[in-house]
Amino acid sequence: MLKFLFHTQVSLGLAQAAVVALVTIIVAQLAARRGALIGREVPFALLRGLLQILAVGALLALLLRGPWWTSIPMLAAMILAAGTIIRQRVPELPGAYSISLLCMCAGAGGVIAFMAILGIVEPKVTMLIPVGSMVIANNMNIQALFLNRFLGEVRAHRGEIESALALGAKPGSAVAPYLRASFDASLIPAANNVRSLGIVWIPGIMAGMVLSGSSPVYAALYQFVVLGMIFTAGAISCIVATQLVPRRIFTPHQQLRALTR
Amino acid sequence: MPQPPAVLEAIALSRTVEDVREGPKSLLRNIDFRLEQGQVLAVIGPSGAGKSTLLRLLNRLDEPTSGQLLLQGKDFREIEPAQLRRRIGMVMQRAYLFPGTVAFNIRYGPAQHGVSLEHDQVEALLEHVGMSGYAERDTATLSGGEAQRISIARALANHPEVLLLDEPTSALDDTSKAGVERLLAMIVRERETTCVWVTHELAQTRRVADLVLSMRDGHAVALGPPAQVLDA
Repeated sequence: MLKFLFHTQVSLGLAQAAVVALVTIIVAQLAARRGALIGREVPFALLRGLLQILAVGALLALLLRGPWWTSIPMLAAMILAAGTIIRQRVPELPGAYSISLLCMCAGAGGVIAFMAILGIVEPKVTMLIPVGSMVIANNMNIQALFLNRFLGEVRAHRGEIESALALGAKPGSAVAPYLRASFDASLIPAANNVRSLGIVWIPGIMAGMVLSGSSPVYAALYQFVVLGMIFTAGAISCIVATQLVPRRIFTPHQQLRALTR
Repeated sequence: MPQPPAVLEAIALSRTVEDVREGPKSLLRNIDFRLEQGQVLAVIGPSGAGKSTLLRLLNRLDEPTSGQLLLQGKDFREIEPAQLRRRIGMVMQRAYLFPGTVAFNIRYGPAQHGVSLEHDQVEALLEHVGMSGYAERDTATLSGGEAQRISIARALANHPEVLLLDEPTSALDDTSKAGVERLLAMIVRERETTCVWVTHELAQTRRVADLVLSMRDGHAVALGPPAQVLDA
């Protein structure tokens, strides 16, 4: 129906975005009336997301013709921005920003670089930016889930953790069960995506490749590669986080810090 | 002749915390005591008196702002925290057992420094707390009294030189309470374990204590034998 009202691609896109935003805001407000706190964030998040993606679209139009290395500062900027978003999710964690950056550099950064060196992702801007951003965005979500879940577990099991310390356990051992639970929980969405690939959903990159004329079989295989990268990057960043996070929630004298929000 | 070192000694022990709204808040001020081998110090006082704060400092779960703590004459700060906590066992108000079997819980402390308890050793500890045959029971199936007995056995598995008891019977029903108190009194007597026992029950204090530290608003009101402190 919108096609009959809007005749240029940009005006059609803006109209489609407005309709989707309106529906999302209505649903979020209904959720807010039922007590969900996330509802209050949605209008701002939608506006922010729209402006960001428009800015990136404009920037991509400029960058896509550039040399491959211009994708490095772009991807680095994405990681820095993702670190800020993660820090806002876990403000009570001392050093959350530096932990997030280190984890994402090891996870997302390491996997993107490895795949580019092997040639699995073609080292050119048109491939590195879209694929890299998918890996970084998912890595950000996995990290945020991991840290959020872990701090929740620590708050809920303070008594058990201090009992373990009182029995002579080192901080790492005292929180080990909660690190494991957080690791598993944070990777559930990525694992589900891999498991349900092609059955429950046909991801965007595959749909895009098919629409742009690629072979559906190659598009399917490439989608598998991207999901594999997301899962691997997430797992690596969580492994790094399990090493870094315990040091931040304990004092140098192995005492559990107060983690109040 | 110089006095031999006490098993546990606190000298002008204080703790102040920074409250975001109210500024510095004194939780404990100038607490002194000296405990010899096998002595039981009962710490009494109303809620908020600083009893649990004191116990947490003694287990180094929190850090004193000033003052000194000595274990067998050695400053706490010179002992690695995990090693110190193995030497000073703690039984908390709630048992906080770990998920899994009773045996896993009993073995937990020794396993932290590479010691694996044999089945017979686990059974001996369980027998000591009146829980023979419970080794393979899931901790989720235990009653409050049973769980507290297991937490006592779990603390004893490290062979602590000092035992800290933070109102270990307050969360139990009357029947379990009497049983756990008898058990603790028996353990302290048999093992000659030096003990700091936080309680708010005066009758219990008379039954178990050699010394009583009465506290209010973070400072010591009185320290001495039960008759002297409780009948004053």
